[in-house]
Amino acid sequence: MNPNAYLVLSGIIFSIGAIGVLLRRNAIVAFMSVELMLNAANLAFVTGSRVWGTLDGQTAAFFVMVVAAAEVVVGLAIIITIFRTRNSASVDEASLLRW
Amino acid sequence: MIAAVIALPALSAAVLLSFGNRTNKFGPWLAIFASTGSFLIGLWHFLQMVARPAEERPALTTVYEWLSVPAAGFKINFALQLDQLSISFVLLITFVGTLIHIYSLGYMSHDENPRRFFAYLNLFVAAMLLLVLADNYLLLYVGWEGVGLASYLLIGFWQHKPTAAVAAKKAFVANRVGDFGLSLAIMTMFIVFGSVSFSDVNSGIVDAPAWVSLTLGLLLLLAACGKSAQFPLQSWLLDAMEGPTPVSALIHAATMVTAGVYLIVRSASIFNASEIAQTAVVITGAISLLMGAIIGAAKDDIKKSLAGSTMSQIGYMVLAAGLGPIGYVFAILHLITHGFFKAVMFLGAGSVMHATNDNVDMRRYGGLPKVMFFTTITFFIGYLAIIGVPPFAGFYSKDHIIEAALSHSWWAGAAVLFGAGLTAFYMTRMMMMTFVSKSRWHEDVHPHESPLSMILPMIVLSVGAATMGILLTRNHVFEHWLEPITGFVEPEPPLPIQTITTITLSVVAIGVLIGIWQNIKIAKVAPVKVSFVVKAARKDLYGDVLNETLLMRPGQGLTKSLNIFDNAVVDGFVNGLGLFVSGISARLRRSETGYVRSYAMSIVLGTALLVIALLMVRI
Repeated sequence: MNPNAYLVLSGIIFSIGAIGVLLRRNAIVAFMSVELMLNAANLAFVTGSRVWGTLDGQTAAFFVMVVAAAEVVVGLAIIITIFRTRNSASVDEASLLRW
Repeated sequence: MIAAVIALPALSAAVLLSFGNRTNKFGPWLAIFASTGSFLIGLWHFLQMVARPAEERPALTTVYEWLSVPAAGFKINFALQLDQLSISFVLLITFVGTLIHIYSLGYMSHDENPRRFFAYLNLFVAAMLLLVLADNYLLLYVGWEGVGLASYLLIGFWQHKPTAAVAAKKAFVANRVGDFGLSLAIMTMFIVFGSVSFSDVNSGIVDAPAWVSLTLGLLLLLAACGKSAQFPLQSWLLDAMEGPTPVSALIHAATMVTAGVYLIVRSASIFNASEIAQTAVVITGAISLLMGAIIGAAKDDIKKSLAGSTMSQIGYMVLAAGLGPIGYVFAILHLITHGFFKAVMFLGAGSVMHATNDNVDMRRYGGLPKVMFFTTITFFIGYLAIIGVPPFAGFYSKDHIIEAALSHSWWAGAAVLFGAGLTAFYMTRMMMMTFVSKSRWHEDVHPHESPLSMILPMIVLSVGAATMGILLTRNHVFEHWLEPITGFVEPEPPLPIQTITTITLSVVAIGVLIGIWQNIKIAKVAPVKVSFVVKAARKDLYGDVLNETLLMRPGQGLTKSLNIFDNAVVDGFVNGLGLFVSGISARLRRSETGYVRSYAMSIVLGTALLVIALLMVRI
């Protein structure tokens, strides 16, 4: 099996996610972009697993999913707290922690 | 047993100093008791020593082993050497010391804290006795420093007076220069001979190379110059007169300042081995005796004039000590007679000051014999003794020094002869200004004779000043007494002794006549229009100016420039480094914007950089 197409797709998705994190101000969207990056990585893992015929990549993908789920719980809680105090979900406005 | 001589005053000083005001009531009496006890023990030892034949007289007492490094073969005992030389000093120190203790009872009666004064006096007596009884140079050094400390404490006894505090400091610093010489000499001895005891040095110096005796001689001379106020370390002695007068009499006339002479005579074997060092000693003595006499002749302050005289008389002793075996005995003889007549004159000066509200200006004295009979008589005896009128003490000791100096060289002889004339002049001047002339007292001054406790020591000392010369020189008793220790060679002057005596006495007579003729009329205020010699002498022959320009100013300049260097370079570097770091961080912290997206950007860029780097390495 030729993994190139899968890896290219994974790269494209990762790039979209990264650009989303960097460009979007809305915390929810930025958050979703992070998920995109994680899933791009998952795709690469699974592809590797398929190519080498081992289960390591699958295991790693599961780990990533579990971590992502946990991250969603904490991340959303933070976003909601910020929204409640500031009436906005913009990541640029929460910039108190600076010089 | 001889240790008790030192222990008694040392213990008394310790009690008086550590128990403080509780000992105020009996303090002075305890101090007098300790000093008297010391004298009696010394006298007992002296009588025992006289009873023994000459070769059995020296006795060594080891009190305990003081320092010991077995691996290095280094051992110094706390040992006391009692011989003819040291017992002479013990008797002089304790006898004059006791009398001055008694005198202080009257003199310090109006002082706030006589107890502390007496404690220091006892401390001094103990340290001075340790100095003359030590059997090695290191122990001598302990006593040497001890008397320096006591001198410092007593010069600055009235420490509330800034002049006294400064004078004490000056004496301490000038002495430190001399002590430097002594400590270097001790180190040299240890390196060369492996021992610092007198006996080892004496036996070792015989085979030692010439440079050893020369180095040791010059270093010991430096030490003697510091302690004995000889040129070029003389300037502290005149200022030391800020101390109470009994201190000036005991420490800065009779005993401590003669420690340098003792050191030279004690180190006779070293000086005998080096002619250059001996010549240096003679030259130092000659310069000092003339300088002291010139300074003494120009001062109007009675104590400073006497201090110049002390410097001059010690110059005689140092000169005699530099003459070698022909002079050692006479140096010590003059030291002892000087101890008596100079002490009596200082005590007389103290008595006069006591009577005239602590005035020291001789221009405001005069007319005192009527009111101060005993002071005048005793001072007059001291005067006759110092100028060398037979049969008073100074005649014998000084005449012998003149004979010895003449047999050494014409210039040494000329210096001591001229010095004798100057001595006669300035002492006559002092006598005229203080006693003989009409009274020129300040208006509120009502002179009165001093109390018995002050008169009595003066009478005893004046008896000594009158008779000591005959007693010690009759049948050459003192020469025979000291000969086993210092060696003695009869001086062979180029002229017959009668001629020398005649010349000396005529020089003295000329000095006296000039002194009388110049001081028939005495102005109440010192005249301003005077010759340059008098101007220079009033300024201590520029001793202080010399020290200030040669030592003090360059020293201050050095500290100033070091201070500037420290501020500019050292501080500049440290402060600059700090400024640099804080400046950089002030700029760097701008990158902490607080925007999550910019942090994310730096993570992405960093990762990209890492990936590129890894790929490059792989390739």
